[in-house]
Amino acid sequence: MNDGRQRIPEDSESRLERALRDGAPLMAAGPPQIADAAVSAGLLDVAYATLDSPVGTLMLACTKAGLACVAYLDPERGAEDVLARLAARLSPRILRAPRLLDEPRRELDEYFAGRRRSFDLPLDLGGLTPFTCRVLRAAAAIPYGEVATYAEVARVAGSPRGARAAGNALGSNPVPIVVPCHRVLHADGGLGGYTGGTSRKRALLAIEQGGTPG
Amino acid sequence: MRNLPPFQLLIDEHGAAVHRFLIATIGTGEADDCYQETFLAALRAYPALRDASNLRGWLLTIAHRKAIDAARARARRPMPVAEPGDLSDAAEPDPVPAGGELWSLVAALPCKQRAALALRFIGDCAYAEIASAMQTSPEAARRSVHEGLRRLRQEARR
Repeated sequence: MNDGRQRIPEDSESRLERALRDGAPLMAAGPPQIADAAVSAGLLDVAYATLDSPVGTLMLACTKAGLACVAYLDPERGAEDVLARLAARLSPRILRAPRLLDEPRRELDEYFAGRRRSFDLPLDLGGLTPFTCRVLRAAAAIPYGEVATYAEVARVAGSPRGARAAGNALGSNPVPIVVPCHRVLHADGGLGGYTGGTSRKRALLAIEQGGTPG
Repeated sequence: MRNLPPFQLLIDEHGAAVHRFLIATIGTGEADDCYQETFLAALRAYPALRDASNLRGWLLTIAHRKAIDAARARARRPMPVAEPGDLSDAAEPDPVPAGGELWSLVAALPCKQRAALALRFIGDCAYAEIASAMQTSPEAARRSVHEGLRRLRQEARR
């Protein structure tokens, strides 16, 4: 980094340089937001926002087609993992644009408050296999406050013997809560797995029983 | 090229430097517009970007081009003549860097030196990066930085 500075006295140059680095011009307001302009120009492929909920911070993302992601954020690792996966799955043209997620945020808030029993949101399930889509559709048909078994979901999805495969498909649900894979349990009443961990699964089921989450 | 980082990360990591670079080169009056144009142009080109190894340099290159475009457009516009009684700040002279006395001296330098100093000390660019942003040789980039520093020192002594 010291290239080409030898002709100028070291002392005076470094002081001037430091002053230039430290005194860099700033505007009080900082850089403007570009999300609105990007939307107008048709250049935004994925918008995202976070939502605080009784089951932790959620990351929500949508495309022009609809809601594409609900993800539980790991407080240690933050949003970067989820964003990188969205970039690979959908498009790297991703911006933080909370206003574009106002509707899903509102519906989820109502759900957590016990005031909403089903979601009225277009979904973007692009990139999923047809089987996964059938399984998710079967899970979405389980009414609020009720549960079904993995085998039942597999049967509705057209694979009567595919309980384990259905479990895997539910594990890759990109929009948990909205597609209620937490309502799918083992035949013996065991909780089974959940993308956000079983304590969250239990909390969501408790909300739907009119109990308090957690 | 797959596996490009999410574009929001480019803004989070480099947005402030791009903005300050534009304030220093084009002034507060047009920096925000140039900033938006820079990032929209980057967003448009992003999915086809082949080499993502120096995203900061890539953004500053676009910003430099937008600043030149804005300066040319300004030169083509008729000089605003203040009507009697018209004291609206629309006729505010540019470029006017906010804050940093030294940078207001930089604003008075010829545009090549101004851009080179801004890339060097705001963008934290190596000479090779300055050269690629300004489409010149590393040697010419180094000369512009040094000539700019020399003139600044003269001005500061006055």
